[in-house]
Amino acid sequence: MNKKSRATLIAIPVLGLVLLAAWYLQGTNIPVLEPKGPVGRQELNLFITGLLLSLVVVIPVFTLLFAFAWKYRESNTKAKYSPDLDGSRIAETIWWIIPSILILIISILTWNSSHQLDPFKPLASSKPQMTIQVVALDWKWLFIYPEQRIASVNFVQFPKDTPVDFEITADAPMNSFWIPQLGGQIYAMPGMDTNLHLMASQYGTFNGSSANISGSGFAGMAFTAKSSSPDDFNRWVQSVKHSGADLSQQAYDKLAEPSQYNPVTYYASAQPGLYDSVIMKYMPVAGSMSGMGTP
Amino acid sequence: MSKLEAEDTDGKAIFGFWVYLMTDCVLFASLFAAYAVLHNNTFGGPSGSQLFSLPFVLTETLILLTSSFTCGLGVLSAYNGHKDKVVAWFSVTFLLGASFLAMELTEFSHLVHDGNSWTRSGFLSSFFTLVGTHGLHITVGLLWMVVLMLQVLRRGLGTSTVKRLTLFSLFWHFLDLVWIFIFTIVYLLGALKI
Amino acid sequence: MNLFFANAFLGKLNWSALPHDPITIFGASTVVGGAILVPCLLTYFKRWKWLWREWLTTVDPKRIGVMYIVVALLMLLRGLSDAALLRTQQATSVGASHGILSANHFQQIFSAHGTIMIFFVAMGLMFGLINLIVPLQIGSRDVAFPFLNATSFWLFVAGMLLVNLSLVVGEFSAAGWLAYPPLSELQFSPGTGVDYWIWSLQIAGIGSLLAGVNFFVTILKMRCPGMSLMKMPLFVWSVLCAMVLVIFAFPILTVTLTLLFLDRSMGMHFFTASGGGNAMMYVNLIWAWGHPEVYILMLPAFGVYSEVVATFSRKRLFGYTSMVWALIAITFLSFSVWLHHFFTMGAGADVNAFFGIMTGVIAIPTGVKIFNWLATMYRGRILFATPMFWFMGFVVTFTIGGVAGVLMSVPAIDFQVHNTLFLVAHFHMMIVGGAVFGYFAGITYWFPKIFGFRLNEWLGKKAFWGWFVGFLLAFVPLYILGLMGATRRLDHYDASLGWQPLFIVAGVGVIVVLAGVGFQVLQFVVSIMQRQANLDTTGDPWNGRTLEWSTASPAPFYNYAVIPQVTERDAFWAAKQAASDPDEEPAKPRYEDILMPKNTPMGLFIAAFAFAFGFAAIWHIIWLAVVGLFGVIICIIVRASDDEPEYYVKAAEVKKIEATAKEHYL
Repeated sequence: MNKKSRATLIAIPVLGLVLLAAWYLQGTNIPVLEPKGPVGRQELNLFITGLLLSLVVVIPVFTLLFAFAWKYRESNTKAKYSPDLDGSRIAETIWWIIPSILILIISILTWNSSHQLDPFKPLASSKPQMTIQVVALDWKWLFIYPEQRIASVNFVQFPKDTPVDFEITADAPMNSFWIPQLGGQIYAMPGMDTNLHLMASQYGTFNGSSANISGSGFAGMAFTAKSSSPDDFNRWVQSVKHSGADLSQQAYDKLAEPSQYNPVTYYASAQPGLYDSVIMKYMPVAGSMSGMGTP
Repeated sequence: MSKLEAEDTDGKAIFGFWVYLMTDCVLFASLFAAYAVLHNNTFGGPSGSQLFSLPFVLTETLILLTSSFTCGLGVLSAYNGHKDKVVAWFSVTFLLGASFLAMELTEFSHLVHDGNSWTRSGFLSSFFTLVGTHGLHITVGLLWMVVLMLQVLRRGLGTSTVKRLTLFSLFWHFLDLVWIFIFTIVYLLGALKI
Repeated sequence: MNLFFANAFLGKLNWSALPHDPITIFGASTVVGGAILVPCLLTYFKRWKWLWREWLTTVDPKRIGVMYIVVALLMLLRGLSDAALLRTQQATSVGASHGILSANHFQQIFSAHGTIMIFFVAMGLMFGLINLIVPLQIGSRDVAFPFLNATSFWLFVAGMLLVNLSLVVGEFSAAGWLAYPPLSELQFSPGTGVDYWIWSLQIAGIGSLLAGVNFFVTILKMRCPGMSLMKMPLFVWSVLCAMVLVIFAFPILTVTLTLLFLDRSMGMHFFTASGGGNAMMYVNLIWAWGHPEVYILMLPAFGVYSEVVATFSRKRLFGYTSMVWALIAITFLSFSVWLHHFFTMGAGADVNAFFGIMTGVIAIPTGVKIFNWLATMYRGRILFATPMFWFMGFVVTFTIGGVAGVLMSVPAIDFQVHNTLFLVAHFHMMIVGGAVFGYFAGITYWFPKIFGFRLNEWLGKKAFWGWFVGFLLAFVPLYILGLMGATRRLDHYDASLGWQPLFIVAGVGVIVVLAGVGFQVLQFVVSIMQRQANLDTTGDPWNGRTLEWSTASPAPFYNYAVIPQVTERDAFWAAKQAASDPDEEPAKPRYEDILMPKNTPMGLFIAAFAFAFGFAAIWHIIWLAVVGLFGVIICIIVRASDDEPEYYVKAAEVKKIEATAKEHYL
């Protein structure tokens, strides 16, 4: 079999595979590529821009690789052979300068976007910001609504177009709080208090997870984030307030014990200052000889 | 072996030892970095200013600096081929080094006795580890000195023994240098509450 | 502290430390089986003396190099078995099913997989090739410190044994290949797993550090006359730069592992969540080592590509000076990017942006190297032997992975793909496509020089295709999975997410890779069987350019009877061009007595005691720790007291060896 027909024999299944993949993918949900909030959208735009800029290098590399491999193969005696050609100022200049320019452009993008999309930066919106406190536990997510005085496990709801300031900590090893369809993640660490600002610009139910391993139950740390109308949100808050359970310090301590694949749970009232007390667990108690929570 | 080859071997050994010392430098730099991050994490317990006695540490420092001086004199004697002087000066160096170590262990045992051991806080963990690692290096140096002196006594001052004495002195001076950093960053700045 | 003295003789050891689930029992059986089989075979074939004399006590870097590569390839099989288990779990653990592994077991397997692949496969292949080739390429007879070199290798073995022992006694870490606290602290990892991880890396790491010092001095001090730095082969330059990285980075690892162990064993508070510890400091320290580490793995592979592309294009390497400066730039820059591994930890926009920019900058010299390799191919006359296939595969996978890297260098993009399978695909493409393919190219390229016969080309190419196609099948789906929100290290996921088909494709990819590995094994077996028909009688099977090809294949144990004199780059190629009259007798070389280091078992003994110490530290067996520590110290003192570590090979003997120019290994 000659080289041409062998190449075709390989190219067909490869092409078939690519088409199959494309057909399959257009029917699936790819959250990072289908953002439903401004943060995710801007992050995706950056991704696409970066990808296109990279093609400026990738396309020449692949083209030259296969072109040179083909043209200068040993059996092609017609090609020119210059065994001592070992340098060219022009060539070196081109491939030091052009990538440098590309990286300069990307650096500017990096600087600007790092500040623009700083997770600590509040989001601009006509609606007032709301605060939701997040505690990563073994192995579930606790959401505390300080303004509404309710709490929920593995479920968080907020109104569309309302900027949310997630205050995040952990009472467990390092986790990472992530709702891919809305925007990027941030680490949740015990004894620390961090922030992530997100907003949903469409109604919907989004998947959330922990993006950092925290022990054997970590795969079960999936949670659901829902963005709804303000009325729907208020109705939901009211229904939680009538759900009965109270997130007292005792209830919290029980909740903080290791458990896996927790179902969605609601707490009708959350102890004020609970979030702060979780962080304080890792600080020295004034006047004590030994700290709390020390292994 | 030709004389040139022998010199070359010595040159390689000394250069290689310098490179090793650079890695030890990075090691101590990492410990200093950890100390820098953790030195204020007293977790409700005592800080350096409450624990360190500058006169005590000054004495330790002078002992160690003197030992570096006597070590230098020992190496000079080695280059001049005076075997007895070598043993004498290194014995003094050993005694001074051992005294330094004894003082350090005393300081550590007092701290532990008072309930301020390495388990008390991040600050104390990093203090004991940084200073303790230096002390461990001193211990290794003391052992090395004993072995070297035995070699000098049994085989005299051949080229390889002199080379080894040189390498040891590089090590000992290096530890001195690290101690100066410890003295300054840990004890001095700690006592002055910086 | 009570735990420490629980049992004075056995420490924490007890019967529950032995495995009790089928997969682990199988794994443990292979380890134990191998440990029993090898001595049995040695006894049966009466090869103990030979093993001791030729391998266990050798200080010949060519022998040490072979041993490094044998160990690394064995560990590759272990690491790939782990990978197969991981892929199987992730392809089947959906919805109601929880696959074939428990969550904790799965986590131990990926932690072992990463640890083994980086520390024992990639580092092993790298140091193996460095040992085999660097002294030959610089026209030297040995490394600067032969005994230290042997010790480095045996310490590497000690670390490897500890990792594999965790299959039999105890467990391995379930905290990932880098064991972030607080998860790796005693509170959340109370077993011996993390301690196995700490000590196998600590011991192997010290071996690596000593080897770094060794080769750094070797390259700077032992080049043959006339070989200035800018006349060295580029492989040697890449090793020099990698050794600089080892020297600066590995002490950081030594400290970090020690601090974690102090937290776990002595109740210290370096990284604990409470007590004044700072887990973020661990992340910084471990990556301050970790990022240079990936360049340590990568640079010598780049060096291999430079040799391979030039030799098989029958052309001088394009842009030598530019390539050297690119290596130096990468070396310096690799210390300024570490934070890009944790943009999401929350350091703030300014800090994130700085490290993101530096990460982008390091892509520039890397790209320059690729263009120079392509320019070397330009107007060459390329022979597509197996090493060139590996190079081509490298350019494809490394470029794809590199694009992902540039994307992730932008913190805001990274926020969406960090710790996802997108990241996993990226770093596998860099390390496997970059480093491992490079070391495979190096092994197939230099095999004739080391063993005196050629490898089967047909099987080699099949092996390449298995690896290349399988690798793309296994990892391209992972980019998509990452964008679908799949975080890494998940042992189970919901069916509604639609991830399973892609995991199945990735699983098929691993099977294809294993087929490639099968061809590699076959290649070795067949080549050994057919070696007499494929002898390399000239020493120069590829029409090479650098000095190693001027020796016989295999090279005599002293490398060069007469130290070469060099006047330009590609010294051997130049000598071949200059040799005008093929009938003219070359000038008769003047042989002299050669000073060589004696064999010694001390390296092996030191590592054995270090292994004992590591095991004792893991299981809190105080008496054994003392024995191990004292054993190491006494061995060092005994070695240091040895006044005659060298011997002379008489000139007459050298002449005889040069005349026959053949040496038998087996």
